[in-house]
Amino acid sequence: MTAALQVEGLNRTFGALPVTRDVNLTLDRGARRALIGPNGAGKTTLVNLITGALKPHSGRVVLNGEDITALSQAYRARRGLARTFQINQLFRGLTVLENLCMTIGERDGHCNNLWRSAGAKREVIDEALGHLDSLRLTDDALKLVRELPYGRQRLVEIAIALAQRPRVLLLDEPAAGVPSSESHLILDVVAALDPDIAVLIIEHDMDVVFRFAREITVLVQGAVFTQGTPDEIMNNEQVRAVYLGEESHRGARRGGHHG
Amino acid sequence: MPQIANIAVSILFDGLAYAMFLFITSVGLSVTMGLMGFVNLAHGAFAMAGGYLVVTLTRTLGVGFVPSLIIAAVVVGAVSVFFERFLYRRLYKSTDLEQVLLTIGLAFMAIATATYFYGPIPKSVPLPDWLQGDVNLGFRYFPSYRAFLIVLGAALIAVLWYVFERTNIGAKIRAAVDNRRMAESVGINVDRLFTLTFAVGSGLAALGGGLAIQLLGLSPSFAVIYLVLFLIVVAVGGLGSLKGTLLAALVLGVFDTGGKYLLADAGGFFVYAVTVAVLLVKPAGFYGRE
Amino acid sequence: MAASDTIPAAGVASTRERAADYLLTRHRFHLAEALPWLIAIAVFFIFPTRMTFGSQVLVMIMFALSLDLILGYAGIVTLGHAAFFGVGAYTVGLAAARLEWTEPISGLFAAAIAAGLVGFITGWFLLRYRGLTLLMLTLATAILLQETGNLRSDISGGYDGLPGLTFKPLLGLFEYDLYGHTYYLYALAVLAIVFYLVRRIVYSPFGQALTGIRENVRRMHAIGSPVHWRLVTVYTIAAAIAGVAGALFTQTNAYVTLTVFDFDNSAKVMVMLILGGTGRLYGAFIGATVYMVLEDYFSKLSPTFWQFGIGLMLVVAVLFAPRGILGVFENVGKYFAERKRT
Repeated sequence: MTAALQVEGLNRTFGALPVTRDVNLTLDRGARRALIGPNGAGKTTLVNLITGALKPHSGRVVLNGEDITALSQAYRARRGLARTFQINQLFRGLTVLENLCMTIGERDGHCNNLWRSAGAKREVIDEALGHLDSLRLTDDALKLVRELPYGRQRLVEIAIALAQRPRVLLLDEPAAGVPSSESHLILDVVAALDPDIAVLIIEHDMDVVFRFAREITVLVQGAVFTQGTPDEIMNNEQVRAVYLGEESHRGARRGGHHG
Repeated sequence: MPQIANIAVSILFDGLAYAMFLFITSVGLSVTMGLMGFVNLAHGAFAMAGGYLVVTLTRTLGVGFVPSLIIAAVVVGAVSVFFERFLYRRLYKSTDLEQVLLTIGLAFMAIATATYFYGPIPKSVPLPDWLQGDVNLGFRYFPSYRAFLIVLGAALIAVLWYVFERTNIGAKIRAAVDNRRMAESVGINVDRLFTLTFAVGSGLAALGGGLAIQLLGLSPSFAVIYLVLFLIVVAVGGLGSLKGTLLAALVLGVFDTGGKYLLADAGGFFVYAVTVAVLLVKPAGFYGRE
Repeated sequence: MAASDTIPAAGVASTRERAADYLLTRHRFHLAEALPWLIAIAVFFIFPTRMTFGSQVLVMIMFALSLDLILGYAGIVTLGHAAFFGVGAYTVGLAAARLEWTEPISGLFAAAIAAGLVGFITGWFLLRYRGLTLLMLTLATAILLQETGNLRSDISGGYDGLPGLTFKPLLGLFEYDLYGHTYYLYALAVLAIVFYLVRRIVYSPFGQALTGIRENVRRMHAIGSPVHWRLVTVYTIAAAIAGVAGALFTQTNAYVTLTVFDFDNSAKVMVMLILGGTGRLYGAFIGATVYMVLEDYFSKLSPTFWQFGIGLMLVVAVLFAPRGILGVFENVGKYFAERKRT
């Protein structure tokens, strides 16, 4: 069966520095894979390469059997690839509801319409409210995003990704920056994701990783160090060694920003 | 000399002089924009102010031309520090549009003030004898003033190059232009650096303004008319790059001069055509960072 | 009005219903929106001798409106919007002077098409860039058009322009009269139609996408929005409208010169829009009117004083009222709404 996402031999340098080295990765339908690695390993860069925000120097990205390596970010999004950003990228001056309606509008091509009022699409609004309901954001529907506390903004970030009805979902440290009292909201959402969606999650918190992931990819200095099930990774001496330096520096769940 | 060669030499010479003026006046803008990302459209007003200061110093106070240039540069540089400290600083985090509008507003106020005190008619400056007439460079005679401009420009380029490439301060500036956050984390006081470069840049602009009187004429609208050119030099050269500003000044200076020589009125065309051509291919300019 | 400025206050209805309701009805006409038009008609009766000036104000409102689409809604900053105004103005001017084509309404359409075409082509190339690069490219485009006109000043009339243009009566019935009465109403009618179109666009899903591009273009790419095409589309439409404004300019003045392409013109319309307030359509009305009226009064008094005043206004606006006059009204409104609530 065709994998939902396939990455083959992806390479990318910044100047003289290789940041992604010959990465191979496969996400089957319904996958639950965590991408872990020390700070600076190139995790977010890899996600950027997969989504098309960055172009690789060599390698392929295949989405549902389609080679999208040369295609734009927007094309990939329309083909069912959604992502959340490490730092929220929301429409801060608009209401939560508008953030969602915009996403659905773009997804279904409504935004090509210059004539009918945006409000005329009752289905869009209903669907948007549905997404808000499932994330318990309904009460914030009319609030401007910038007025919400960061934790709830993070939920909006995820809501947008889900509203795209993705087949492949890339979550970049979804609980980053969220106070620990609220992070369970995020993690519950992640745990309850549609089993058909292939999910790749970048995460620093090992508790989350082991709770959520069925497969783990370890990235070190831009290359895949090893891949396997949580058990295999947990018992892997070399992985421990790579992280040993990190142990003493890792504090709260709020991980670093250089993934 | 054969006619064509004669014309070519004239174009090159005048173009070079014009390029020197463009460089001197624009280099400050390029470095401050590259360093702080602050769009300062009042830069032309600083140049204009320098020019009018020179006019007052030479005509009303009888100071010599060259000393006036120096005094004007220093005074405008010092005054610009006040603007930076009390006004510009508030807008470093603002949008480009707000910076554009604020500084355009300042430029308008400056122009109106200049019109009020000096009137709208272009002013001239009394030049010392050695800057008038022609100088013999062996194979031909050239206007002394332009020769002076070229020599002065070359000297300033050498000084600036030395400061940028060989001194501590220069290294700090280059580092901060390249990556401000990293420079700050290494302990470089970027704010103070910026005030310094802003002051020097404004002073140089004032110097350029003073030099422009004889070359291009000085009237209050100088602040806006030539601002467009300064911005073009900066955009085409690349923000924060000495090399880029110089190259852009040379290319644009020669093209503009050549265009005006050969096509009179319609010659202004070339500067803008070159600008579009360069920016389409290299949107960050010759030596800008993407 | 603006995307999120008239959110209904807390009431009995659930948040869900209120939210849906807000979005469903936002585009409906408010009574207050009739105000500018009533004022415009009132002016016709109150100041019958200032109709030529009145037409100029209407032209500028339209020009500012076209800029609002790009600047206020899509968030794109340019310095060459006068290019499209100029193309429209010269389409009508050249048609009248060189081709003996003097029918006014078809002139408007021709101007819209010509300006829209220029907008489409330049937009397609230039809207890949932002910041200083885009500012310089758009500025250079406007100047290049001006210089092209200058190159063939035998055709364009150069900076002396094409004077003494005459136009056929509107719809074959209404003659141009000395006081400009006909043309004022004509301009008002055109403005009303254009405004209606712009308003529809702004409240459509496309208009929503524009605000998305303005608020967070990165996010727009990530949700699959064809950003470049959206921008080219709005740029083309805005160019066409600016072209119509230019055409009206030529028709109401019976005269056009190359100064229509001046950077001054691009800057002026930007100032008008900022003063009034961007991204809210009516900012164009307020800003253009206030600017033109003040300019008319003060520049006759003392042009220097006027220039100083405009500069000062800009500085004050940026520091204290970045959302323009409309923004000030909104803040006052919010202040009183807060007081009522507590």
